[in-house]
Amino acid sequence: MASLVLGDAMEHEVVMSEYSRGNPSRTWIRRVHWGRGIALFLAAAYFIIPFYAAMQFSLQNKYGHFSLQPLTQIAQAPGFFSSLWLSTQLAIATMAIVLILMVPTMIYVHLRLPRFRRVMEVITILPIVIPPIVLIVGVDGVTPLWLKSSQYLLALIYVVLAMPYVYRSLDAGLGALDLKTLVEAARSLGSGWVSIIWRVLVPNLRSALLSASVLTLALVFGEFTIASLDGWTTIPVWIYLAPTNSPRINTLVAMMALLATCVVLMVIVSFDRKSHSRRS
Amino acid sequence: MKVAVAAGLVSTMLAGVSLVSGGANAATKKVDWATVTSAKAVGGMTALIKAAKKEGHVNVITIPLAGWANYGLIMKDFTAKYGIHINDANPNGSSAQEITAIQQDKGRADAPDVVDVGTSYATENMGLWAPYKVATWSLIPSASKDPNGHWFDDYGGYVAIGCDTKVVTTCPTSFAELSNPVYKNEVAINNDPTSASAAFYAVWAASIANGGSYSNIQPGITFFANLNKIGNFVPGGTAATAASGATPILIWWDYLQNGVASSVPGWKSVIPSDGTIAAYYTQAITKDSPDPAAARLWEEYLYSSIGQNLFLQGYARPIELPGMIANHSVNQGFLAKLPAAPKGAVTFPTMTQVNTAKATIASNWASAISGS
Amino acid sequence: MPGALFRTLRTGAPVLPFLVYVTLGLLLPTVAIINLAFRSNAGKLTFNNLKVILCVSNSTTCSQYRVGFENSLKLALVTSIVPGILGALIAYAIATSKHELFKRLTAACSGVLAQFGGVNLAFMFIASFGALTGVATHWLADVGFNPWDHGFDLYKLWGVAFVYMYFQIPLMVLIITPAFAGLKESWREAAENLGASSWRYWRHIGLPVLAPAVLGGMFLLFGSGFSAYATAEALTTGTIAITPIQIGAILQGNVLSGEANLAYALGFAMIVILLISVIGYALLRRRTSRWLR
Repeated sequence: MASLVLGDAMEHEVVMSEYSRGNPSRTWIRRVHWGRGIALFLAAAYFIIPFYAAMQFSLQNKYGHFSLQPLTQIAQAPGFFSSLWLSTQLAIATMAIVLILMVPTMIYVHLRLPRFRRVMEVITILPIVIPPIVLIVGVDGVTPLWLKSSQYLLALIYVVLAMPYVYRSLDAGLGALDLKTLVEAARSLGSGWVSIIWRVLVPNLRSALLSASVLTLALVFGEFTIASLDGWTTIPVWIYLAPTNSPRINTLVAMMALLATCVVLMVIVSFDRKSHSRRS
Repeated sequence: MKVAVAAGLVSTMLAGVSLVSGGANAATKKVDWATVTSAKAVGGMTALIKAAKKEGHVNVITIPLAGWANYGLIMKDFTAKYGIHINDANPNGSSAQEITAIQQDKGRADAPDVVDVGTSYATENMGLWAPYKVATWSLIPSASKDPNGHWFDDYGGYVAIGCDTKVVTTCPTSFAELSNPVYKNEVAINNDPTSASAAFYAVWAASIANGGSYSNIQPGITFFANLNKIGNFVPGGTAATAASGATPILIWWDYLQNGVASSVPGWKSVIPSDGTIAAYYTQAITKDSPDPAAARLWEEYLYSSIGQNLFLQGYARPIELPGMIANHSVNQGFLAKLPAAPKGAVTFPTMTQVNTAKATIASNWASAISGS
Repeated sequence: MPGALFRTLRTGAPVLPFLVYVTLGLLLPTVAIINLAFRSNAGKLTFNNLKVILCVSNSTTCSQYRVGFENSLKLALVTSIVPGILGALIAYAIATSKHELFKRLTAACSGVLAQFGGVNLAFMFIASFGALTGVATHWLADVGFNPWDHGFDLYKLWGVAFVYMYFQIPLMVLIITPAFAGLKESWREAAENLGASSWRYWRHIGLPVLAPAVLGGMFLLFGSGFSAYATAEALTTGTIAITPIQIGAILQGNVLSGEANLAYALGFAMIVILLISVIGYALLRRRTSRWLR
């Protein structure tokens, strides 16, 4: 996501070394490079060590010896595939709704209502600050009965939760375009609005859209509190439920899910890299 | 003439048939199973089973799929026996969520039919239950049921101290021993006493071991505060931390300690000698149950000797255990595997005492442990 | 002025779906919670819930709620400032890196880690930094510095903050990275041409441009750290009074029956505190746009 949203910043990299030639502050810069290396190393250690510790625990049989056996037992665990399918359905639904809702709205706001941008920004911050445990109570209190029995209520809630991330991605993406020129050019060629959005703007917003989708995906596959409070067994809930008797398998599934989501998202991110290099 | 006779015969036959069917209709008059308070009153188990099969499914809630009092096997056996499908909503949910689900799912086909909750959740929501007395009603101790049949305890166990014999040289057998400095950083309660029933009763058991009683849970809180101060107590205890060795001593329900034993060879558990407390979970049938006959059949099954013995197989103590021992319907093999229960009859705190203890732990637990 | 009104409506119409959705999905539930906060179990309007959680009577039976607010605020503050700064620095290091794979990895994983938490995160840290069997604890003890001997306690407030960084830092990286795009290289070139050192560039141009975004990000981290529930509960199992845990114990527990409205009142109090932080965020964002347009 960082590099996706950066988009143009890749070309505007704040390069330091080029300016150190013949510069008395060169040693200072080299020290900063060193410092950066150490800082990144410590950060990497902080993030990797706990993951390693959990993996070390889960890839053991019960006698404490290293074993890959728990890996094979994951797929046999009851309900794994059905909860994976549920999470996938929710992810697709959430992404579709949030993009259909936000993209036209934000294009319009960028074009015609620039002052509303700040209002939108504040509104889309709110989901992050309302505690999920409180939000779900409120939602349950106002949702009509027919909607409560549907798993897609979760998708509707996730749309609200995804708004902060989607808004920022699209905002950065739209800000980097010369929107007025693009739209005027398309209009002068006789395009209707739908055509403009679909065939002109969306391709130009590919980075931002990819970033927004990826963030939404991460949210749906990682959100636990609301799904469990609402009683639906999504993948994060399934992991917590631990329908297997073994804490090792449960931990392994959690770690594998983390890794798998990272890898999948990395792959999706690299689609954008490829298209980017093709363009430039 | 023949026609007249034939007509006469036919009409007699018809009259006879209508008499018979009329009689049968009177016997099989449409039963509103939601108001049935005992199977005997409406044609016994046969009628109940028939009506339940017609409904085809029963909605249970927050029943863990594995590792909890053998419910996994119980559900499978029930479905195999009667062909009635069990829908288990929110398998790892809490009692609070069960009550919420009933209130919010009212009128829906997937609303809960039956609940298995902490007792106070049942007694505080009497308006949600339909009264029903199972066939083995007399085997349930009177202190463990509502006299009118609105709720009834099902299974339970004692607070037990589990211990990883590979890590801990001498396993503690009482709360007093836990203060031994050799157990530094090793003692944990499973989960949070303000939200998990097992942890709550663990503190209560510690209280009884330290001069407290059913009316006073504070000594237990002070005990763990002290244990924390000397460095023996560790928060964050779960089955996973027990398996990973981070909390080689884990205080939990005795019937759940066996789940830990299956992933930690050498895991032993014992009911503490100086402070014992038992707690049972409670069953109830919801008033607006969408499958009232199936719900009642489920309860009949759970309280039959088959169901109760299956709980026993899961190391939980079925509520009818004393009665089953007396009438020899208990499975001796399962019984033998249970850790030795304390002598004497089981006593329980009253609802008032439970409420007082709950209030005390909610206000004092965090402040005691964090020392503030 | 019906003409002006009509024009406003026409201009505003395309934004309506978004507003309607937000009203239904966010505003309405919030109003529902506020309503429940002021009702007793029987449904009657009452201020009693508020009186209890604010512990107006100062008795010991309700002091845990006040302590809970204090601890939650302390936790939120620490986990907004420290991960905020660290996250900004790490985001900068990533933004200026030349390694494609590294950028891709951090981009993907910061999104995933920002959502991570709960039982599994708590277990990861117990397994690595626990007193008895922690992997990192043993490594550090082997080089002579066992953190537990020097005052480190994973289960106290600062230990929880230490664990919170695992999702707070990625959240900050996620939020702050677009801001680096606004730091135009042309400004850097201009500064260099005018003879400014790196330090002066940052002091007069870089930091002032980034500061509002960094501070804004910290407000978001504050909200996130204040509301986080599952991780703290799994780690501390109720041994520290933290407001979300108190709410969870009532609404999601098996012990405290019959107190639901108290939990809604606690939730209402949390919303009020967080709204204040959002207002602070909004004020700071106004300053950012001045520089980046």
